[in-house]
Amino acid sequence: MLQHLSRTLATVALTASIGVSAAKASAADQLTLCWAAWDPANALVELSKDFTNKTGIEMKFEFVPWTNFADRFQNELNSQGKLCDLMIGDSQWIGGSATYGHYVKLNDFFQKEGIDINNFLPATVEAYSTWPKGSQNYWALPAMGDALGWVYRKDWFARPELRKAFKAEYGRELTPPKTWDELKDVATFFTGKEIDGKKVYGAAIYTERGSEGITMGATAALYSWGFEYQNPNKPYDMVGYVNSPQAAEGLKFYKELYKCCTPPGHSDAYMVANLDAYKSGQVAMQMNWFAFFPGIAKDPQVGGEKSGFFVNPSENIAASTLGGQGISVVSYSDKKDLALKYIKWFADANVQKKWWSLGGYSCHKAVLEDPNFKNTAPFAGDFLQAMSGVKDFWQEPTYAELLQSMQKRLHDYVVADQGTAEQALDKLVKDWIQVFEDDGKL
Amino acid sequence: MQDSSTIEAQAPVTQKRSRSLINKLMNMSDRSMAWLFIGPTVVILLLINIFPLLWTIYLSFTNYRANQPTRDIEWVGLRNYERLLNSEDIWGYLQVTAHFVCWTMILQTIIGFGLALLLNRNFKGSSFFSTVILIPMMLSPAVVGVFWTYLFQPQTGIMTYIINFFGNFGPVDFIGNVDLAPWGIVLVDTWMWSPYVMLICLAGLKSIPPSLYEAAEVDRASTFRKFWSITLPMVLPFLLLAVLFRFIENFKMFDLVNELTSGGPGSITELASINLKREAFEKWRTGYSSAFAIILFVTVFGAGNIFVKVLNRVKNR
Repeated sequence: MLQHLSRTLATVALTASIGVSAAKASAADQLTLCWAAWDPANALVELSKDFTNKTGIEMKFEFVPWTNFADRFQNELNSQGKLCDLMIGDSQWIGGSATYGHYVKLNDFFQKEGIDINNFLPATVEAYSTWPKGSQNYWALPAMGDALGWVYRKDWFARPELRKAFKAEYGRELTPPKTWDELKDVATFFTGKEIDGKKVYGAAIYTERGSEGITMGATAALYSWGFEYQNPNKPYDMVGYVNSPQAAEGLKFYKELYKCCTPPGHSDAYMVANLDAYKSGQVAMQMNWFAFFPGIAKDPQVGGEKSGFFVNPSENIAASTLGGQGISVVSYSDKKDLALKYIKWFADANVQKKWWSLGGYSCHKAVLEDPNFKNTAPFAGDFLQAMSGVKDFWQEPTYAELLQSMQKRLHDYVVADQGTAEQALDKLVKDWIQVFEDDGKL
Repeated sequence: MQDSSTIEAQAPVTQKRSRSLINKLMNMSDRSMAWLFIGPTVVILLLINIFPLLWTIYLSFTNYRANQPTRDIEWVGLRNYERLLNSEDIWGYLQVTAHFVCWTMILQTIIGFGLALLLNRNFKGSSFFSTVILIPMMLSPAVVGVFWTYLFQPQTGIMTYIINFFGNFGPVDFIGNVDLAPWGIVLVDTWMWSPYVMLICLAGLKSIPPSLYEAAEVDRASTFRKFWSITLPMVLPFLLLAVLFRFIENFKMFDLVNELTSGGPGSITELASINLKREAFEKWRTGYSSAFAIILFVTVFGAGNIFVKVLNRVKNR
């Protein structure tokens, strides 16, 4: 009896130890990649299967919706958490993540593995990889190029009765707008029209308060009017740049656009709200990130010939708000070597080509400088044009504070009708000066 | 190695020790016994309540930022408090909070007390209605927030339909409109928490001895007189207790309003606690937000104490 019992116990112990070792082995050969939950993330899951097939390293993904993305993963980084081995973090995080040691510096690794950062578009390397700006310190590999663009209902724009009515009212053809004034005309024209038995509105724009929405949307207009974050010759000198008369004019315009032409209840809208408004046939145009355009082009309701795309309109200058992210290795990860293997694999030109074909926006020159690139998608040409004139928000370590101040000042003025555009921008300058003073930069 | 004789010799010693421990416990004073029982709880409280409070007080005098762990913590004296008290924005958030707290307390007291009076009449189905009325306060604030966001949706929400039933007002945006949003959050909180006030008032009403009403009947007191001289004074301590709880809860209100409006449009519904969360966990101004937390704590603590004093005075009348 005793012999039988000891045999059973030995078998159980052996099985358990094998199980534990197997679990340990599989955990060791598994990487966790953290990013936002959106269309390109699904494409990356698909793409990463090739990495697993090639290396045997399993990929696990932690995707968080955009509205909580920064909160969730900034907390993770600040608490030196080990959840993420790889992080596709927003471009604005690079300053803080480099300064506070959240990301692994990649210069030596690039050199050792023969990864040439010059194979990537210079604007994306500058925006997604370097800190301090202008230096050659690389903290990320450009992973997902993105900019803010526009989508319009091509089928509505083609309707003869609407074209005729538009021409009679505005004296020109109903075509995708090239300037913000033209965009407002088109948006005003569509607002209140009945199309297919449904009342429609002009445009869905970003107005979200909580994370970064209204800043990303309003700066699309502000940049076009000539808004600058600082004196180009004197860093952190913001008076007269942030609150320049042109910037105030751009902000007034954005508010007018919000008041005249957005659907009811569009007072806290970001990417998903704009997509919903557009896909449900509620608006003629929407601003959104290029990242969503492959999904729109394939959408059964509004895809194919029903939708067209155009770059952010210009006014005084041509400029677009920068989106997109670089991929970094988290310095608190226990699997940095495996994570670097992923970066090496991801930097390969053929992987980058597949990344673009699956719906990810590659920043690799082998993809973007291909003579046929513009024909690969209906929005590919616009994407290239947008990326040649992108501007980004501050990438300072204190970016979160700077961003929240701008969110408040813009939302107070645009949505809540508090004060004037000039007052909003003056208050913003005051907030930002205090942030930089506290950070010892002023 | 101990031999069996040693073990046998040790056994009476162990027995003696445990007997003396039992004797000690038996002879403990009531005070010592009380400390023995509440001691572990006090230690836990100190660890999870008092220590963080003291730590927050310390941080409020520094420039500490939780997202910059490598940065030296600098003592800044009263600078955070100075900035807070001189900030127009902070006074704005406190005004928004005061508007929310005052109106929710007024409405919840009237509705809650009214419902309690109604349900105290023991009509047919009163227990069923009591249960139904209590449902909102049993729900999670996050669920209520999401649920009301749909009801308030200007194009498809039921509120637009109800309002347009009385005239052609078009889509009504309760949470995106600057004038309506402050009332939207008051409405939802009142819907959710009036039953709570009702429940406490109902307990008060049930505790009134029927003999008082019988005596009043004998004296031919009018219904109003009975309400004014018996019902109200007897229920008042309960009512004040409910108001006190609602005041403290609504002064700290975060979840429901955050889910409904996130403080918008602009900062129209940005309550002090929503701003506190932004300062602490979005801007990462830990020192500054600690100072703000201390100011809010002192305010709610002070006001709470005044309430308790009033409550005691009413009870002792």
